[in-house]
Amino acid sequence: MNGEIVIALLAATVQSGTPILFATLGEIFTEKSGVLNLGVEGVMILGALAGFVVARQTGDPTLGFFAAGVVGSLATAIHGVVCLWFCGNQVVSGLAMTILGTGLANYLGTTFIGTSAPGFAPYAVPMLSAIPAIGPIFFQHDPLVYVSYLIPPAMWLFFARTRFGLGLRAAGEYPAAATAAGLNVRAYRWLGIVGGGFFMGLGGAYLSLAYTHLWTSSLTAGRGWIAVALVIFAFWRPGRAIFGAYLFGGIMALQLRLQASGTQLPSSILLMLPYVLTVFVLVLSSWRKRTSDEPASLGVNIAPAD
Amino acid sequence: MFPMRIVKRQEPLGFGGSFFVIFSALVLSLLLSALLLFFGGTSPTRGMSILLQGAFGSRWALEDSVLKAIPIFLCSLGVAVAFRLKIWNIGAEGQFALGAIGATWIALSFPVWPRYFLLPAMIGMAMACGGLWGLIPALLRQRLKTNEIIVTLMMNYIAILLLDYLVYGVWKDPSSFGFPMTPMFSEQAIVGKIGSTSINWGLAHCLFLGLLMWVFFRFTRIGFEIKASGDNVRAARYAGIPYDRLVILVMVMSGALAGWAGFLEASATVNRLQPSIMVGYGYTAIVVAWLARLHPASIGIAAILLAGLRVGVENLQLDLQVPAAFGGIIEGLILLTVLAGGLFTHYRFACEKKI
Repeated sequence: MNGEIVIALLAATVQSGTPILFATLGEIFTEKSGVLNLGVEGVMILGALAGFVVARQTGDPTLGFFAAGVVGSLATAIHGVVCLWFCGNQVVSGLAMTILGTGLANYLGTTFIGTSAPGFAPYAVPMLSAIPAIGPIFFQHDPLVYVSYLIPPAMWLFFARTRFGLGLRAAGEYPAAATAAGLNVRAYRWLGIVGGGFFMGLGGAYLSLAYTHLWTSSLTAGRGWIAVALVIFAFWRPGRAIFGAYLFGGIMALQLRLQASGTQLPSSILLMLPYVLTVFVLVLSSWRKRTSDEPASLGVNIAPAD
Repeated sequence: MFPMRIVKRQEPLGFGGSFFVIFSALVLSLLLSALLLFFGGTSPTRGMSILLQGAFGSRWALEDSVLKAIPIFLCSLGVAVAFRLKIWNIGAEGQFALGAIGATWIALSFPVWPRYFLLPAMIGMAMACGGLWGLIPALLRQRLKTNEIIVTLMMNYIAILLLDYLVYGVWKDPSSFGFPMTPMFSEQAIVGKIGSTSINWGLAHCLFLGLLMWVFFRFTRIGFEIKASGDNVRAARYAGIPYDRLVILVMVMSGALAGWAGFLEASATVNRLQPSIMVGYGYTAIVVAWLARLHPASIGIAAILLAGLRVGVENLQLDLQVPAAFGGIIEGLILLTVLAGGLFTHYRFACEKKI
């Protein structure tokens, strides 16, 4: 393999890792508040559809991108109602969100199958894109990739340095103590759910507006579930999520290359790679669980009658 | 602020009350789906009548619903065993696929064996393969505390791709004109139909296994230990219940039941292995298990109900061109509303007292 192919592959890695990065960051944001949302897959595909439809109707992909975030928030609000108002089991509610979201997106999207929408075009960042190797890998992408670079540090700052971030983490660690300290735990959990849903929606929109400019019903192909796994791999830290997302971006890019190169391996075996890798990565991270920042009250509802 | 507030019940809601809550949840989900039909440009009353007619309106429709309820029932019985212990087995879909693969392997390898020997061998291999697919996440969870939700889910994707690999590759029927399917099973490897109906003897398997699970949870020590540990893990451990071994047991049982369903689908319904058997029964099974609050008899009723909805949606697709994804919407709504309704088991609304 020569250098150019490697650089192209790494650039493709960043691109296919970006939707997973958005979704993983969204799930970290939600889980930090103590709420487990297994509906990422469903929320992502709804975001993908919303972004696609809005971009197609208005001709403006930026508007589509934001619409996807808003739809992501609205969709996760259903999870919020079930878990925060009705104290429903978070695992089951998340699964239901995946079933509902996938169904809704395919139902509403039927008429758009095979059509295309205006998406984002690559934009080379001045100066930075001229750096050898680093430039082509990181700075010759569509603008959404650059947006994704900014979120992990911003989220870290939010958690580590702001009042709201501290409150959100308190709601996830020890809700009873947070309540005693005068925090509105339920409000913080709402923030976690709806805020996280925004990023999940953006991740979906990346798939329909930048990765492809097309709508197909199986656009997400398990990426939402991979994101849920990556939260564990990332030890609930936004910075580590980058490595995880690009690891999967890499394997997906490699899988596409191998398929295009006409390898002897059957495509079904190639397609298995990301899922096998997810299990592998999970097993690896459970070995070092002690170093993780898992919220202590993750998945535990607060009683309705206080 | 609100005139109403939520207060804890003295006693949990009884059977009649629970039934009412679940019934209301079902009605609410159907109403919301009808609303969606309306927004999709379809007449909601006509749509809903076609859906219900198509599901339960004729003998043919009822038979089709029961036929689809068979695999859903067995998968649901399986996930319910794991859910009893609060182990989240989302992998029925993959365990179902492995069961179908295992049964097919035997059916294709020993087609001339006599029926009374071949069918039990197929069932045994289906249960072993499905059980293995449940054992892997169980071992990972027990040894390394790896999250079983994601592992079982990932193994669904892997299982479906494995099935694809087999039917597109080594097991492909050379005379199928390129269609991905195995050759048809020999006559000995096929579970037959009951009398003149289109329903196969898998229904009898369901009754037998359902009864077996009921007895297991009602009268056996291990069944009791699973229920007790599911309610309170720490108390169960303190009482000396071997929790870790139960995790392995429920996951293997769960997988074996889903595997059995896969066997029936391959042997009785399509008489071969083909990718079209993977239609999401394993996920519907989760909705059914939750709807039925994990009780075997209720799982039977809920399985027929959800299978009926699937048949009804197929009708809707044929008559009014409503996309098949509509079924997923109804299932998702049912699960969400039933889940929300669970609040009323232990709580109720009360009017604010004036002080």
